[in-house]
Amino acid sequence: MNPFSSGTRLRDMIRAIRACKTAAEERAVVRKECAAIRSSISENDQDYRHRNIAKLMFIHMLGYPTHFGQMECLKLIASAGFPEKRIGYLGLMLLLDERQEVLMLVTNSLKQDLNHTNQYIVGLALCALGNICSAEMASDLASEVERLLLTRDPNIKKKAALCSIRIVRKVPDLAENFLSPAASLLKEKHHGVLIAGIQLCTDLCKVSADATKHLRKNCTEGLIRILKDVSNSSYAPEYDIAGITDPFLHIRVLRLMRMLGQGDADTSEHMNDILAQIASKTESNKNAGNAILYECVETIMGIEETSGLRVLAINILGRFLSNRDNNIRYVALNMLMKAITVDSQAVQRHRTTILECVKDSDASIRKRALELVFLLVNDTNAKPLTKELIDYLEVSDQDFKGDLTAIICSIIEKLFQEKKWYIDQMLKVLSLAGSYVKDDVWHALIVAISNGPDLQGYSVRSLYKAFQTSFEQVSLVRVVVWCIGEYGEMLVGNVGVLEVEELMTVTESDTVDVLEACLTGHSSDFTTRSMSLIALLKLSSRFPSTSERIKEIITVHKGSIVLELQQRAIEFNSIIQRHENIKSSLVERMPVLDEPAYMVKKANSSQENIVAGKSSQTSLAGTSVKLPNGVAKPPAAPLVDLLDLSSDDAPVPPSTSKDFLHDLLGIDLTNSSSSGIVPSGGTDILMDLLSIGTPVQNDISTKIVSSNQGFAPTTKPTFPTTVQVLDLLDGLPSNGSVAGDQSPLYPSITAFQSSALKIMFSFKKHPENPQVTEIHATFMNLLSDAYTDFVFQAAVPKFIQLHLDPASSNHLPANGNGTITQTLTVTNSQHGQKSLAMRIRMVYKVNNQEKLEQGQINNFPPGL
Amino acid sequence: MGIRFVLLVNKQGQTRLAQYYAEHLTLDERRALEGEIVRKCLARTEQQCSFVEHRNYKIVYRRYASLFFLVGVDNDENELAILEFIHLFVETMDRHFGNVCELDIMFHLEKAHFMLEEMVMNGCIVETSKSNILTPIQLMDKAS
Repeated sequence: MNPFSSGTRLRDMIRAIRACKTAAEERAVVRKECAAIRSSISENDQDYRHRNIAKLMFIHMLGYPTHFGQMECLKLIASAGFPEKRIGYLGLMLLLDERQEVLMLVTNSLKQDLNHTNQYIVGLALCALGNICSAEMASDLASEVERLLLTRDPNIKKKAALCSIRIVRKVPDLAENFLSPAASLLKEKHHGVLIAGIQLCTDLCKVSADATKHLRKNCTEGLIRILKDVSNSSYAPEYDIAGITDPFLHIRVLRLMRMLGQGDADTSEHMNDILAQIASKTESNKNAGNAILYECVETIMGIEETSGLRVLAINILGRFLSNRDNNIRYVALNMLMKAITVDSQAVQRHRTTILECVKDSDASIRKRALELVFLLVNDTNAKPLTKELIDYLEVSDQDFKGDLTAIICSIIEKLFQEKKWYIDQMLKVLSLAGSYVKDDVWHALIVAISNGPDLQGYSVRSLYKAFQTSFEQVSLVRVVVWCIGEYGEMLVGNVGVLEVEELMTVTESDTVDVLEACLTGHSSDFTTRSMSLIALLKLSSRFPSTSERIKEIITVHKGSIVLELQQRAIEFNSIIQRHENIKSSLVERMPVLDEPAYMVKKANSSQENIVAGKSSQTSLAGTSVKLPNGVAKPPAAPLVDLLDLSSDDAPVPPSTSKDFLHDLLGIDLTNSSSSGIVPSGGTDILMDLLSIGTPVQNDISTKIVSSNQGFAPTTKPTFPTTVQVLDLLDGLPSNGSVAGDQSPLYPSITAFQSSALKIMFSFKKHPENPQVTEIHATFMNLLSDAYTDFVFQAAVPKFIQLHLDPASSNHLPANGNGTITQTLTVTNSQHGQKSLAMRIRMVYKVNNQEKLEQGQINNFPPGL
Repeated sequence: MGIRFVLLVNKQGQTRLAQYYAEHLTLDERRALEGEIVRKCLARTEQQCSFVEHRNYKIVYRRYASLFFLVGVDNDENELAILEFIHLFVETMDRHFGNVCELDIMFHLEKAHFMLEEMVMNGCIVETSKSNILTPIQLMDKAS
């Protein structure tokens, strides 16, 4: 006989499956078996029905589909014999669930069996109903179950009670009907009935406040009595576990007591004695006893404060925490999490022990302890705790670093008081576990650095140092790259040195080395490389001495196989080669990032992701743009957020339309199509860079208007150049497009920028006299205090003559809320051979203190 | 809710019994879940605690010879009590099969299920007395 015919016994099938050495063999056996069962089913073979379902249960357990056997279960249930019904109901519970429509067909059989005279058959039906009934079945059969709750047989009673739980969960409106039968179950003696009845009461409390009130009034006394009986009872062999009678019943009663005591001082007071008795008398050397103590502590913490009980509970927790058994320590940590809302002082006392648990070798305990530490940390202990955690970060397991890093970062972000501390700690985390730091965390760091003008120099120098040892930490590298791009000159020039710093000498070419390493390093991903390219472009204008080298580096990447990198390299190369005169203003430093807006956005980011998807679509609804390289690009989404690098983040929705934080790095995968080049917010020119090739004539007016709204103070002198930049990459002659009335040939530059002061130069030439340039200087105060007695002085090489007109004022309002303007006229006697250069010196008073700043301007557009 | 699922798995990671309560998982999801949990638990040492957090479950597990008993519970369940429950389940099977082993459960899968069914319904513990649990099963054995 074929061993896999429908005649195979269950035993033989299991043996055959056990004998399989590979998953493929097992699949083959199961396939043959299933085929045999199917044909047996289609022959309506009654003798084997029982066996078929037993086989299918086994096959189902192995994880194979068995839906074809569902109808067979129903047939078995409908048959008269107990063994058939039994296996039929089991099959029903295993092979079906409440979502299947087939289930409705069983309602009738269930109803009959619920009314059966044999208590075991009634028990089967109750069990099946309790495990899988749907809302419809619950409503149909609720009255039968209610009736069964009142029968005398304890076995039926307990099952009916549990079945009622399912019914009440499915149809909460029925709760009322079950309330008084449930309450009367608590008067029973049979433990099974009690435990089921108590669970039913607990569930009724969950769905209805009225039920809680009713049970509180009528059952508190009864519960206390049950607990007393069971805890004082003499040895009961049937329910004894390690010398304790029925710990399960203890636990269920304590749980219901917690629900009743919560929010009711009288009831809580009432429970005081029995809880104290359990807490102090239960044996704590066996697991069963500890399970009860654990539940008891939770109840004491959950009910209203009663005299002395909490002290008892906290002491038990302390004992648990110092236990050597890891299970006990785990539950102690678990409890402390809940206790912290009740008595945080008591939990704080265990801080050292908890911190030790963070370093435990057991992952479950570490995770609990870490979450607890996060709840424990406050203003006063933030610093030492963070230090401990960071120290541990260094030696912790690889797979724990992710969780640990996330917690440390959120502690730092939540509780920092000084920005320097924040930056220092983030730097440590980034250097130790930069690869685990989430994007939003390092984005926030960049925003913070951008907002701390007095710490920018310090940050970029510390980052540079950190990079030397931790160049493999992805997030660290990105922050380093961004900061060098923005504040590279502070690194080289040691600007804004803090007292605590050790001075170091970094040359311009060292900085370029760093960026080159990031650009070409094996560990650098696409985002880091793109960022490095931008930073290089920025440096090429700040460090003229390195510009040749940077040009070479960029040229190499013109052949990159990554389209985005290739495109950037080509575009940047074009900027360097053909548009030297505007480069400096293209790559100006980012304006200060909008911190509050970023925080709001971070908080809402999950919500906004949905909205953003839509808004980006609408904003992209414009014309799509052809770039010179033939790639069709949608026009730039105008409100791309500054630091969005992750691919799932998208432009912020239009509600924040004042927030002109353009996609600084432009690397986001979703944005990459729209922003090939860094739009530095300070220069409206860059906005237009993105829309190169849009029908120029139509667009100009709107562009200029929009940029003026965004950057009124700084853009006025520069906007006429927009027209020219539009053609930047089109290869058209730069002066050929549109002739304005003043046709400016030179872009404005940021002649000087410190943490306190910004100076913009714009230029005007008289066509009849090419040697003479009129420079229009605009001064802006970046601090929050106004400057008085402001004097600007300038010196030029011998071949240049300089004439200074009087300044518009000597008072410079705070926060860039106003400017001083001054006109300089220079005459370059060697025009065409040498370019302009200038030294400048600014003297002013802040809060009556003299200040002096000086600098050299080398970035004049060529040809002046 | 309490218990979400009960799993018996051997050292090789093969499922020997699986019972889910009100968990709507497709077969693939089940397989994936079982695989993940078993891998996590098998990797732990004897000294480590018997609780593992996985997805939104807490797994309480206990090892008896080559068999792992894994019970998935809600977060607010008493873990120590579940450990005690596992032991009770094993003792009950022991009483019925006499020194229960993996093969007993494999070849009498339905009986193991019947016992579990008497002990747990819809994720709640119903009965904790071994003789009460075993009475209906022994009755049936006698009848057949």
